[in-house]
Amino acid sequence: MPAYLKLDHLDKSFIRGGQTTEVLKDISLTIDQGEFVSIIGHSGCGKSTLLNLIAGLTQVTAGAVLLENREVNAPGPERAVVFQNHSLLPWLTVYENVKLAVEKVFSGKKSRAERHDWIMANLDLVQMGHARDKRPSEISGGMKQRVGIARALAMEPKILLLDEPFGALDALTRAHLQDSVMDIHARLKNTMIMITHDVDEAVLLSDRIVMMTNGPAARIGEVLTVDLPRPRKRLDLVSDSRYIAAREAVLRFLYERHRLVEAA
Amino acid sequence: MAVPVQKTDNVTSLPGPKASAKAAEIVALPTRKSDGKGKKILDQLKGIAATTVPPLLVLGVLLLVWQIGFAQPGASLPAPSVIWAEAKDLILDPFFVMGPQDIGLGLRVLTSLERVAIGFGLAAVVGVLLGALVGQSVWATRGLDPIFQVLRTVPPLAWLPISLAAFRDANPSAIFVIFITAIWPIIINTAVGIRNIPQDYRNVAQVLRLNTFEFFFKIMVPSAAPYIFTGLRIGIGLSWLAIVAAEMLTGGVGIGFFIWDAWNSSKLSDIIVALLYIGVVGFALDRLVAAIGNLVTRGTSAS
Repeated sequence: MPAYLKLDHLDKSFIRGGQTTEVLKDISLTIDQGEFVSIIGHSGCGKSTLLNLIAGLTQVTAGAVLLENREVNAPGPERAVVFQNHSLLPWLTVYENVKLAVEKVFSGKKSRAERHDWIMANLDLVQMGHARDKRPSEISGGMKQRVGIARALAMEPKILLLDEPFGALDALTRAHLQDSVMDIHARLKNTMIMITHDVDEAVLLSDRIVMMTNGPAARIGEVLTVDLPRPRKRLDLVSDSRYIAAREAVLRFLYERHRLVEAA
Repeated sequence: MAVPVQKTDNVTSLPGPKASAKAAEIVALPTRKSDGKGKKILDQLKGIAATTVPPLLVLGVLLLVWQIGFAQPGASLPAPSVIWAEAKDLILDPFFVMGPQDIGLGLRVLTSLERVAIGFGLAAVVGVLLGALVGQSVWATRGLDPIFQVLRTVPPLAWLPISLAAFRDANPSAIFVIFITAIWPIIINTAVGIRNIPQDYRNVAQVLRLNTFEFFFKIMVPSAAPYIFTGLRIGIGLSWLAIVAAEMLTGGVGIGFFIWDAWNSSKLSDIIVALLYIGVVGFALDRLVAAIGNLVTRGTSAS
């Protein structure tokens, strides 16, 4: 059976001023449908670049990204992105931000009333239906990120790409949103790839954790399968031995074997 | 566990009567409240007065100095009292029609405004489109920007002879002068606004696969709107500067030609009244574009 998403020997290098910088080297990975995969690594290791390659926002230098056995090399709504800094359009209301995506993706397929219901369904899914007429400047950071998730989900993507979605949020808000994402993943069973540098977040949410070595020419160092039953409860896991073991494995990888040397 | 509970009990029960007693004392507030309302209105009036009294005062002083300075017979310029006596009808009735060339200043201003509206309107449309092109494409920038930088320094009136030659008519020539004067700040500011569109918005557009047309109207224009309106505001100011000068030379019924005509018939009072009209209308135009800008761009700057 062919893999749902296949990263086939990806290389990525940037050329600036005649100088070539290798960012990613020989990245190969297969992801099954419905799987939640986290990509973790120190900052600057190229994990955001890897996400951009999958999203098609950046072109691969060599290799290919295959979704359902077809190569993708341009961005599209079937690989929706939740951006790190929400990227909501500030001149549109919450509703209009989601509407922009829905109108574009479903313009020929759903009637006006169906589109409205679909927008509201997605806003309600992230518990933001009450703020539909607010502008992004009028809601909190966590709420903006919720709307960002609703906008991405509203595209009915085959793969949801999350680029450090909770990086800019405080710990409590982050925990809330992690629970929301787990809940959405359980309900919709969609494939999700998340970039993170938070070990707890990775272990809590993921089926597998992809650990990147440090750049330049970063590779996949190790892939850890998190063998914890779902639904997962944050508090129960604190004392779970499998959780502790997984956490330790990731920490050891990041801070023993691939410590970021230049980081003071 | 028992001790803190007792403590909280004590804390809540003890100050109870005291607090209510205090509340009872303060109940005599309503009268002060109504006082506060009266005060509020008074404060508002004070606020209005604070912004209107100083300019009126300065205006009064200036008029007084002007009156004293030019009151003696044989003065080079008319004093305010003379202007009032000679040009009262121009001030009081802006919309009279006495004949094809003898109409109120309000009507003349409207004729000039019509030319500005056409010229500036064209400049706004073409300027935003060209600005978008220059802001979006590196090659367009390289090719067009040097030309723009040279042409934008040409003074408005220097365009007039060439446009008269090209159009062979006064009215389109005046409109062209407005157009060519107003377009440069619009192009340049739009281009800067487009270049400053955050990469995030471009990524959103790419993921959604917005086409060029959708990208222009749904991302580019709203995102660059604050810059575009800065350009439009500078442009409308320049238009109004240029129309008076252009009309002086092309003739017709505009406010600019009125000044030239009045100069030729030595009606200095009329000229001063016309200057007043031009100033007030220019101010109003600037405020109008600024107000539209504020309305359109609300929410855009904050994220």
